[in-house]
Amino acid sequence: MNEIVNILLFMVSCILTNNFIFSRFLGCCPFLGVSNKVGTSVSMGLAVTFVMTIASFFCYMIYHWLLVPLGITFMNTIAFILVIAALVQFVEMFLKKSSPTLYSALGIYLPLITTNCAVLGVATLNVNSGYNMLYSVLNGTFSALGFTLAIVLMAGVRERLENADIPACMKGFPITLVSAGLMAVAFMGFSGLV
Amino acid sequence: MSEKKSMGKVLFNGIITENPTFRLVLGACPTLAVTTSAINGLGMGAAATFVLICSNFVISLLRNFIPDRVRIPAFIVVICTFVTMVQLLMQAFIPSLYDALGIFIPLIVVNCIILARAEAFASKNTPVSSAVDGLGMGIGFTLALMLMGSIRELIGNGSVFGVNILGASYQPMLLIVLASGGFLTFGLMLGLFNLIVKKLETKKKHEEEQAA
Repeated sequence: MNEIVNILLFMVSCILTNNFIFSRFLGCCPFLGVSNKVGTSVSMGLAVTFVMTIASFFCYMIYHWLLVPLGITFMNTIAFILVIAALVQFVEMFLKKSSPTLYSALGIYLPLITTNCAVLGVATLNVNSGYNMLYSVLNGTFSALGFTLAIVLMAGVRERLENADIPACMKGFPITLVSAGLMAVAFMGFSGLV
Repeated sequence: MSEKKSMGKVLFNGIITENPTFRLVLGACPTLAVTTSAINGLGMGAAATFVLICSNFVISLLRNFIPDRVRIPAFIVVICTFVTMVQLLMQAFIPSLYDALGIFIPLIVVNCIILARAEAFASKNTPVSSAVDGLGMGIGFTLALMLMGSIRELIGNGSVFGVNILGASYQPMLLIVLASGGFLTFGLMLGLFNLIVKKLETKKKHEEEQAA
């Protein structure tokens, strides 16, 4: 019973209090780049969730069952990035064959995920925090859902901002960053939650 | 002579004209995350500069041997090697900075600036000019991080590089050092940078019109 409560609290903290974008600054590039439209940001979020869940699982296995026994844990970054790149490629090929609709919906976002620092970040965080396999996978999934929440909310704000009358020099990235800052203030309110 | 001049141009290009942070908005994550103080910004910038120079040089040497189809994984492996070297060196010699930068040292691997320069410059140019390009981009990145770090440290803590400037009576604005302050400072600075660039361009246009 206690364990279930712990897991639920862990999920909430991944989504809200330790939100990847607003408190850890991971995955800011796609957050700024692909948050123009609500539709595309939902696809991006789902693609990232998918890859991050599988990547946490595989990176856990590679680290604990391959790197630790061989005593080459300092190679973790290089091992993780190769796992992630291969995984993304594999997921892309698999989706292309089995689900062309989903594949075309995700479009160019799939290959871009390789260089999304949130994916490598979650793998490194899992190792640094010493999570077991269940927590690693949960951390991957729910942190990615937090990322999705942030990017979708941001897209909603940006769609409104398009029609707003703002100084020319603040258009585009600057105003997006300022709005993201204000959203981060709101997310700080969750910090006492868990 | 012309060779020397073009080297200077390559160097200058990275620092001002195509400043990776303020002009291209690449590598936003470390820019936002580690600039809570000037010294952290400098450390991150130095680490990234080292990786940029080395990876640009090596990738440029290998550019005729790497098949086109597997170039991205090959680049990443080269970059990753140097990042791991930096990580181990920092852990051994500057542990305090290593702890402050934390997870963002291994994440230099996925910093878009480095892969972008490998793809856009090092895979097409000679090793020496690629290294110079890496140096220029690295200095541009470091300057931007240091500037952001100084501003945030000054407002949020009343000091720069750990030296108290605003005096004991200054009430620090903690928000700027926290997560949201990173976004706010970066956004306002980008706006300012855009404004300056625009002013310079209109001025140049004006002078050209007058000359004509």
